[in-house]
Amino acid sequence: MSIGVNLQHDLKSFRISAEFNIAEPGITALFGPSGSGKTTLVNMIAGLMRPDQGHIQINDHVLFDGARGINVPVRQRRVGCVFQDNRLFPHMTVRDNLFYGARRNPHKLPEDEQQAVLEMLGIAPLLDRRPNLLSGGEKQRVTLGRALLANPDMLLLDEPLSALDHPRKQEILPYLEWLRDHRSIPILYVTHAIDEVARLADHMVVIDQGKTLASGSVFDMLGRTDLPPLAGRFDAGTVLRARIVSRDPKAEVSFLECGGQRLVVPYLGRPKNPVIRLHVRARDVMIARTPPHDISANNIIPVTITKISDEPGDAIDVTMCFGQDADAALLADTSGRPKIHARITKWSGSRLKLHLHQKVFAVIKSVTVNGQLRDQ
Amino acid sequence: MISLTPAEIEALLLSLRISGVAVICALPFAIITATALALGRFPGRFILDALVHLPLILPPVVMGYLLLIVMGTRAPLGAWLYETFDIRFVFSWTGAALASAIVSFPFQVRAIRLSLENVNLGLYQAAETLGAGPIDRFFSLTLPMALPGIIAGAITAFAASLGEFGAIITFVSNIPGETRTLPLAIYTAIQTPGGELAAARLAALSIGLAFTGLLLSELALRRIRKRATS
Repeated sequence: MSIGVNLQHDLKSFRISAEFNIAEPGITALFGPSGSGKTTLVNMIAGLMRPDQGHIQINDHVLFDGARGINVPVRQRRVGCVFQDNRLFPHMTVRDNLFYGARRNPHKLPEDEQQAVLEMLGIAPLLDRRPNLLSGGEKQRVTLGRALLANPDMLLLDEPLSALDHPRKQEILPYLEWLRDHRSIPILYVTHAIDEVARLADHMVVIDQGKTLASGSVFDMLGRTDLPPLAGRFDAGTVLRARIVSRDPKAEVSFLECGGQRLVVPYLGRPKNPVIRLHVRARDVMIARTPPHDISANNIIPVTITKISDEPGDAIDVTMCFGQDADAALLADTSGRPKIHARITKWSGSRLKLHLHQKVFAVIKSVTVNGQLRDQ
Repeated sequence: MISLTPAEIEALLLSLRISGVAVICALPFAIITATALALGRFPGRFILDALVHLPLILPPVVMGYLLLIVMGTRAPLGAWLYETFDIRFVFSWTGAALASAIVSFPFQVRAIRLSLENVNLGLYQAAETLGAGPIDRFFSLTLPMALPGIIAGAITAFAASLGEFGAIITFVSNIPGETRTLPLAIYTAIQTPGGELAAARLAALSIGLAFTGLLLSELALRRIRKRATS
């Protein structure tokens, strides 16, 4: 399973210059601000737009190669698309919409897998309706089903949640998680919302002004403050993988284990899978030189500073890895220890005389941890 | 009950036949033209638009005159058709149908175009990513989405061509049983001394036909709308 994209294309306002590879199944987020060229890139991968030059390949199937003059027509690309606006066919029933692609595809999804998709999306009761009688969330589920039933080699989701209100988003997210965890199809998920990236994606490609700046695992990428689209953002921070260990008798908090440390977060319920993702915003993390006592914050984690990034403006970003042993700083990048980011004022930094390899304590209030993020 | 004379019945049936043939023969061209105007982006679109609408504003007599020039048996195109396919339009009911088709063409195009005007072009992209080619997309998307417009347009065009007078009388004259449609029969009755009653009867018939046509068009549209929302 591999997808390779390397494209150059001149637009009126800027130049698209994108290069990334996706080697594993799962969700890869294409993340960037509005107007950064995400949709253009998606249209070029789907074949709806012809790039000036470059190369697109899924497994060993070349979809586009400017130098060799290969440009596979859209309908032969086997790339399933879900657009922001649902694009359901208004004159057809939900059933006819769902099977539109399947009927035209010689490589059909086996019957039992078709049923599994319909069942998972919960659209069986809607089959005989017309799209205009569906809610926004239902429409997006049908669109997702339509793309899946066509049995594509790859799914392109272009901001599938951006037209939905918050409750509808919450309604769709579990379906996308199911897709990620139960189907081996690679998914390119276009978004400008960090919380969607943090919750759904395994990999992440960052794009700005038409240029892909970096790509890598979500855990690494979300902590990078050197990338313009991420730096200084309100919700920039860290994604941590943690395991639910126990909960208090009155079920008001959950106790987690993360990198050998105990974390306390608001009650998370009892998910089947105890491994979850936490999103901790950099601006919600405090730094203390000595472990504070008599403080309401529940999480006081011994850490070692591995990086202090000095940026223009009044704030600095401090990267710290878990642990205070002598090797902590040296091993930080290779040992796979969790890292955490704190965004503090320059004034705080100089007041505390923070420096590289210093052993400090990261203080995190439980209520600031976004722990609704279930993971595989 | 008003009883119709055989000549009047003849005029009525002739009118229905001429309008029916005119609408059915023009329909495929109307669908293609409307699709091109509503969804296509090509140079000359503006000129095509103007050409299609020309019969709406042009005096019908001019239309008939132009047809005579182009389709007459001694005109180049008319002569060629006559010699090659033995098709003759002048002084024939087929000529009346041709004139009616051209004059009522804008009604069909407008109605079909209207039903396609608000179609999201993204639907075509979606269909393409799902494996549908251009002809497939035309039959699975364009045609069904245009259906309300096709029906409304056909009925309106049919009713409009029932009333065509100027183009027919100029192009194919006023021949009983061949080109004398209802309006021509009314005109003839008025010109004939003592024909006032006949003219009134035929006029009433025309009004009834027009009204029925509009009613049918409305009913058809309602049914389609109902089906689309159920």
